[in-house]
Amino acid sequence: MNITLNNRPDSFEEDTLTFEELIKKKNFTFKLIVTKLNGKVVKKHERAQISIHDGDDVMVMHLVSGG
Amino acid sequence: MNIKQIFKILKTKTIGIAGCGGLGSNCAAALTRLGIGKIILADFDVVDVSNLARQYYFHEQVGEKKAFALADNLHHINPIVEIIPNDIKLGPNEIITIFKDCDLIIEAFDLAEMKQMIIETCAEYFPDTPLIVGNGMAGWGNNNAIKTSKIGKNLYVCGDGLSEISEELPPLAPRVGIVANMQANLAVSILLNNEKPN
Repeated sequence: MNITLNNRPDSFEEDTLTFEELIKKKNFTFKLIVTKLNGKVVKKHERAQISIHDGDDVMVMHLVSGG
Repeated sequence: MNIKQIFKILKTKTIGIAGCGGLGSNCAAALTRLGIGKIILADFDVVDVSNLARQYYFHEQVGEKKAFALADNLHHINPIVEIIPNDIKLGPNEIITIFKDCDLIIEAFDLAEMKQMIIETCAEYFPDTPLIVGNGMAGWGNNNAIKTSKIGKNLYVCGDGLSEISEELPPLAPRVGIVANMQANLAVSILLNNEKPN
């Protein structure tokens, strides 16, 4: 599948991946992230269930402390 | 738009500020000078002497509750602005209750866990309310790394996205102030219906 990941095109052999699988595959090891699928927030506890498909717009944002 | 027209619009608006530390206190000061109609503050903390390095408090306020001390300071800047201070620790339920009538919400927490919590809460309960998050402002210098991004329909992020607070990278007044004022600047542009993030 071909998706947009953080505003850049990206390709995967799989036809579909859950958010959890994508995070593992891309080696996003940040402690705290916010995930979005086609503009909609995917909550932490939903990452194992919600799947990403061809053409999806995916965002994984790293959050850092400070303020 | 002239200044009269700008003030006329802004005085009809309500902004919620989640956290009254470096981001929240400085952002609130800018918004108060702009004559926003109502500002709803929330913080559970008290003013510590170390906060004076970057937060909008004064030495004689050390030990006071931040939400009330900030309300006093804002009142001195512009007594016409209605300030609603809440001495409270925000979780999803408190956010839903306190910020339900806001036209826009500013995230000004220090901990990344809390930033995540408010983003997820607002996405679920206030999908039509713009949320402006501060993300990455520790340290000094590197002006041009600080930027604004629009992520999805109503989520905006100001900061460098990288610089996390640590022993070697403390939060310092100028960079925290830049991000706080970027949040205020973006709030104005959203409220004036000009949704350009930069």
